[in-house]
Amino acid sequence: MEKKRQQILSQRDPNKPCVTICSGTGCHALGSDKVAEAFASEIAKNGLKDKVDVRRTGCHGFCERGPIVVIFPEEICYLGIKAADVHDVVSQTLAKKQLVDRLLYKDAGGNTVAHEGDIPFYKFQKRIVFGSNRLIDPKSIDDYIALGGYAALAKSLFKMKPEQVLQAVKKANLRGRGGGGFPAGVKWQTTRDAPGDIKYVIVNADEGDPGAFMDRSLLEGNPHSVLEGLIIGAYAIGAHEGFIYVRQEYPLAVENVSVALEQARKYGLLGKNILGSGFDFDVKIHRGAGAFVSGESSALMTAIEGKVGEPRPKYIRTAVSGVWERPSNLNNVETWANVPLIIGKGADWFTGIGTPGSKGTKIFSLVGKVNNTGLVEVPMGMTLRDIIYKIGGGIPKDKKFKAVQTGGPSGGCLPESLLNLPVDFDELTKAGSMMGSGGMIVMDEDTCMVDVARYFLNFLADESCGKCVPCRLGIEQMVEVLNRICQGKGQKGDIELLEELCEVARDASLCALGQTAPNPVLSTIRYFRDEYEAHIDRKRCPAGVCKSLVSYYIDPQKCSACGICLRKCPVEAISGGKNLVHIIDQSKCTKCRTCFEVCPPRFSAVVRISGEPVPAAVPKGTEVARKKGTQE
Amino acid sequence: MNKVTLNIDGKEVEAEEGKTILEAARVVGIHIPTLCYNEKLAPYGACRFCTVEVTKNGRSKLVVSCVYQVEDGLVVKTATPKVIKTRKMILELMLGSAPALKELAKEYGIEKPRFKSEVTQCILCGQCVRYCAEVKGANALTFVGRGVNRRVAFVNEVVSKGVCMDCRQCYGVCPTGKIPRETDGAYFGGNLVSDVLAKSKHK
Repeated sequence: MEKKRQQILSQRDPNKPCVTICSGTGCHALGSDKVAEAFASEIAKNGLKDKVDVRRTGCHGFCERGPIVVIFPEEICYLGIKAADVHDVVSQTLAKKQLVDRLLYKDAGGNTVAHEGDIPFYKFQKRIVFGSNRLIDPKSIDDYIALGGYAALAKSLFKMKPEQVLQAVKKANLRGRGGGGFPAGVKWQTTRDAPGDIKYVIVNADEGDPGAFMDRSLLEGNPHSVLEGLIIGAYAIGAHEGFIYVRQEYPLAVENVSVALEQARKYGLLGKNILGSGFDFDVKIHRGAGAFVSGESSALMTAIEGKVGEPRPKYIRTAVSGVWERPSNLNNVETWANVPLIIGKGADWFTGIGTPGSKGTKIFSLVGKVNNTGLVEVPMGMTLRDIIYKIGGGIPKDKKFKAVQTGGPSGGCLPESLLNLPVDFDELTKAGSMMGSGGMIVMDEDTCMVDVARYFLNFLADESCGKCVPCRLGIEQMVEVLNRICQGKGQKGDIELLEELCEVARDASLCALGQTAPNPVLSTIRYFRDEYEAHIDRKRCPAGVCKSLVSYYIDPQKCSACGICLRKCPVEAISGGKNLVHIIDQSKCTKCRTCFEVCPPRFSAVVRISGEPVPAAVPKGTEVARKKGTQE
Repeated sequence: MNKVTLNIDGKEVEAEEGKTILEAARVVGIHIPTLCYNEKLAPYGACRFCTVEVTKNGRSKLVVSCVYQVEDGLVVKTATPKVIKTRKMILELMLGSAPALKELAKEYGIEKPRFKSEVTQCILCGQCVRYCAEVKGANALTFVGRGVNRRVAFVNEVVSKGVCMDCRQCYGVCPTGKIPRETDGAYFGGNLVSDVLAKSKHK
């Protein structure tokens, strides 16, 4: 493997400038294809074709500011680049080594930052798993090998016994990145020890959390790292067949993984007698039909068998009896991608990162009301505050932080008082949330926490397979209660009823979907009980989100009869005229809050009222009260 | 077969390895209520009504006795306050859509359910579906939909071959009596049997 790497490296000049263009799904949607084409033609036009490489890579992570271009070897990072900007980049940066200031990152003080690594979004991350994404073309196995890829596999096959590989993963205390945080080494051991000649290893790439895309980006951007981990795992466990279960909705991931498998077969890294070691292993891709519950291990295995993806009781673990009742070891994409690093750099290196209970790093998809949306990889134990403020750049428009939801739809919402919580498996669980697969949704002061709980429970009600009663009917009733609270029909005792429903769903549901579904409800009750009480007791939505509990009213003292709200109201609920106070007809108003948003800040005449009666409207035809000197 | 010894409600019980808690309890006359369980069918674990509390290595948890297999030294309690509370809630949840469970609900002290659902009389225990597949081998019934939209429906391609005409064996396994009461001439999971048969070539 090392020879192959040297051979690839010998054909490459580390000082040769290389333009890498992020072609992950986010940047792709923002037009990175056109940028890449522009680079190719501009470079040709400037006669630099032999002097500059262009590489389309996987996701860089800073999706908020895409499309992203990084120019090596200096690692100059240009953000939000368009095809029209390419001319300047080629003629100035590539030809004359000059920076194009307008495309650089600017900090709060307006200073530009040229080097990728100096941008705060990247500076505070530790990108051991995700970092290679920006260096390699996901469709090129040579790019991966040039970075030392498949060396860990070679090391495993020729210098280690399967037991030693297993011991290393155990010693590294690698915990499952898919949600549960179960120690991967222990699971591997169980499958290895389980009776039976035929065993399977499986990559779970059925990422389905709303707003989460870390597994997708890793599989799209660096498929070989996942594949190498899988082959090493198969060797340690004694499996000769593997599956990659990937959502049909991830076309780029399916494509890049298919290419990766083909290339790996060609290089003798898959198939019979891998690298001449005598070890046989091959992988099939199973495309998921897109059911959230199929991410649950037993449901996923049922789906691989060709049946409807429904969970089955797991009192006997899938590691012992999984696909076709054979021992089946399933790990998440990110878990597998960590394996080559552990084998390559050693368990001690890995355990040097993180907290006592959670080692290594974790990739989060940082989304919601945060300035720097994107994928971030941080060492376990970094505080929520550092992730949201240092890397995420805080809350847009100087709004106040309200909550952060971790762990996907069945995670919990944590309040400001817990921002200093170090992020690891155990701390999040203790706080009533969970690591999940790494979703992180930031919410600002304009968020109603009851409405948030309702949103997630609605999602889970849709995605429940419906097999067991506590999940199917328990979640249905939770949604009922949350709906009525949001509609202002909440009753005394509803909070307790929710808690009762949650307890049964948590303790008696068949699979983790139902068992964790109460998290959004219980955590919002725990940390934002006052909001529930305001909804129920005072029919008031403190954030002004729940339409049934909100009214809009135009303060006649402040209205200047400018006519903007009157014209913008989509249902013609506002009456008035020149010099006449505008009045909202409450019976027509749909509470779309357009008037609230368009009323010029210098007037601020439209007020949002919740929990109090709307003042009686002034008689139609009342003239506006103008201050002296403002008369037109 | 190896034998293991476990403790159910204070009683030392010997059972064959591989048996479920429910089976072991029934042998010694300890009653655990069930709804989706049928001894002729593979364990399914959907209604969760047979939930019991087990203690192992000092830790207690709720498990369904129709699936959980006996283990040496396992301590099982079939009627702790937590178990009863869970069963009561499960029953109350089902009662909204299946008023036929009224009498059973009364035993648990539920007079009026707090929850309203669409009344289908079907609790999706799947006994009919599984019986038709596992015992009869006909596969004429299936689940359709997900979550609260899950329903039992006929597989038209199978029914139209006439397999259901004289069988009626699913009548006997339905715990709410929905099928015998409603199937002939009434709806079944949104599909009228008469409609299905009318459409079929084998009238």
